[in-house]
Amino acid sequence: MSNILEVQNVSKNFGSFTALNKVSISVPKGSIYGLLGPNGAGKTTLIRIVNQITMPDSGQVFLDGTPLSGVHIKDIGYLPEERGLYKSMKVGEQALYLAQLKGLSHKEAKARLKYWFERLEIGDWWNKKIQELSKGMAQKIQFVVTVLHQPKLLIFDEPFSGFDPINANLIKDEILKLREDGATVIFSTHRMESVEELCDDICLIHKSNKILDGKLIDIKRQFKTNTYEVGILVHNKETLEQELSKKFQTSTASFKTLGEELKLNIKLSDLEKPNDLLSYLCNQGQVSHFVELIPSVNEIFIQTVKNH
Amino acid sequence: MNHLPLIIKREYLTKVKNKSFIVMTILSPILVIVLITVVAYLSQLNNDKQRTICILDETGLVQDVFKSEDNTTYNILENMSLADAKELVRQTEAYGLLHLEGSDHLDSISGHIKFYSEDSPSLTIISNLETKIDKKIENLKLQEKGVDIAMIEASKTNVNINQESFDGEKTSKIDSVVKLFFGSAAGYLLFMFIIIYGNMIMRSVIEEKTSRIIEVIISSVKPMQLMLGKIIGTSLAGITQFIIWLFIGGALLFTVSIVFGIDTSQAQSPNQQMIEGAMQNSNIEMQVQDVFNSLHHLPMTNLIIAFLLFFIGGYLLYSSLYAAIGAAVDNETDTQQFLLPVLMPLILAVYIGFFTVIEDPHGTISTVFSFIPLTSPVVMLMRIPFGVPIWQQVVSLLLLIGTFIFTVWFAAKIYRVGILMYGKKPSYKELIKWIKY
Repeated sequence: MSNILEVQNVSKNFGSFTALNKVSISVPKGSIYGLLGPNGAGKTTLIRIVNQITMPDSGQVFLDGTPLSGVHIKDIGYLPEERGLYKSMKVGEQALYLAQLKGLSHKEAKARLKYWFERLEIGDWWNKKIQELSKGMAQKIQFVVTVLHQPKLLIFDEPFSGFDPINANLIKDEILKLREDGATVIFSTHRMESVEELCDDICLIHKSNKILDGKLIDIKRQFKTNTYEVGILVHNKETLEQELSKKFQTSTASFKTLGEELKLNIKLSDLEKPNDLLSYLCNQGQVSHFVELIPSVNEIFIQTVKNH
Repeated sequence: MNHLPLIIKREYLTKVKNKSFIVMTILSPILVIVLITVVAYLSQLNNDKQRTICILDETGLVQDVFKSEDNTTYNILENMSLADAKELVRQTEAYGLLHLEGSDHLDSISGHIKFYSEDSPSLTIISNLETKIDKKIENLKLQEKGVDIAMIEASKTNVNINQESFDGEKTSKIDSVVKLFFGSAAGYLLFMFIIIYGNMIMRSVIEEKTSRIIEVIISSVKPMQLMLGKIIGTSLAGITQFIIWLFIGGALLFTVSIVFGIDTSQAQSPNQQMIEGAMQNSNIEMQVQDVFNSLHHLPMTNLIIAFLLFFIGGYLLYSSLYAAIGAAVDNETDTQQFLLPVLMPLILAVYIGFFTVIEDPHGTISTVFSFIPLTSPVVMLMRIPFGVPIWQQVVSLLLLIGTFIFTVWFAAKIYRVGILMYGKKPSYKELIKWIKY
């Protein structure tokens, strides 16, 4: 079985409101899977169904090949978007309690917590109460609690919110390390740059329906427009621009360069080869910039959502 | 995986370690004892106050009944006009002036008696005076008709009916009082317990919601387990608190009554006085004997078992409702509209207990309400000392358990949905809808 999580035709209604409409996703083992969608699309409902917090009205969920049940609680680590800890409880006690709820023994939980607290350099927080810590500090504890029982599947809902850049980076590195150690990560966020950076696969949910999913690279290929961003140094910019616009579909581009280049986006048809364009341009002047425009996740997101 | 013990442990420890809980545990009995002591002390002061009451009896027939007592001195004025008497009373700062207008006819005396005083006089004093005058005039009238008062006094009897049930069990009036005491204590204890610790459960649920930890927790445990763990953990903390209160309270009461020599029983309610009035006829020794006898007669085994079962059943029933309320709202101020329907049957039960059960423990109202699940724990606990047939207890208990299971199911539904709902306060209609989710 290469998919750690299989969601098949899951629907969920709250009264007359449909939160999920026959959604199916497959999360490959060892991947970082981006779960994207506008606010209120149904992401949180889907995550809650995977966590067995809410039950689906219809459809099935398989974890590692077996139908989801109580035994899987220890296999999943969940960091919800709305997170918090008991304010008046001490950090150490609280982490121990939550770890034990995930099925670790007291001794085991304590040993692992010591390891993590040292690693994140937060060992001296053990006897502090949560209300004495800053929001970012509490988030760190919450992260540790989420991953402590070494789950096969980690679900992070907006994991970086509330972190400063240094800590966000630290958490990002930890997530990558967890993946190296064999965990699969589901990642729900609105920060497209982190999706771009981390995710191997994505799924886009909009108005209770899945509208797009697959390997990020495949999706990008699917969305590419054969457009090239070009910068060329010539004496007579306007003549060249007119000439090019006769041959190709062009539009003005804006990017930063050091000289006074003519900057254009040039769209090629399926038959035209980029090499031909490049050699044509080389004959006209000095080419300082030649890049294929790869659609960003952000663009794909906006475009797909708008089209639906 | 069964996490129930873990959850119970956490709930218990957090409650017990909580500062305000510790302060309340130690301070409450001290406060109550101080209050009782102060009240007892004050009422003693009040009783000790010396009063002088002047009597102006123009008929000259009644005045000889006013003999000075412990703290009331009667000053009998003679050959004086009413105005002079009033002036005198005001100058000597006496408590008041009792004026009986002159009349030859015994029947017309009673209509012409007045009491003059600076402030409105205490009810006890007036009724005391009335009793004295009543008695005297009654005797005078009897004498007028030629009846020998001494003979009447001699023929007075004090009947004390010995009660016995068909099974040969002896009962007495004191018996009823003892039963009443046990019943009320059990019912009232349950009532207090529900109010105090039900609220505590509700707050604890709201806390989990507002601190937003709830989603993390219920990704690990079933909401039902969390709810039950909360209820049981909080109850254990409550029992701990009650036991500590009992010890501290007992020790303090003992110390206070020894050190200050204040008889705390003086701070008693009129109700108790009434009960004591009912027992006045027999002498003290007999009373003590009777109390022990009636303790012996109480269906103790039945009482204890029923107490445990109804207490647990009733408490769990209400506390699951409290938990559901906590889950339905975001903050404590929103709880009012849901608390009312929960509190109504509880208060109703206590009223029925204190008014109807005392009157007639096996009457229709008492019996009916000792079957209705929301009121049965309190009412039945009050009835049991008077002897309730086992079948009634069992039926009532079965009904209670049935309702309890239904309520927990219902509360768990609300709880499961409610803990993840933030924002607006739900209406009853929405709560019903949640059950279908």
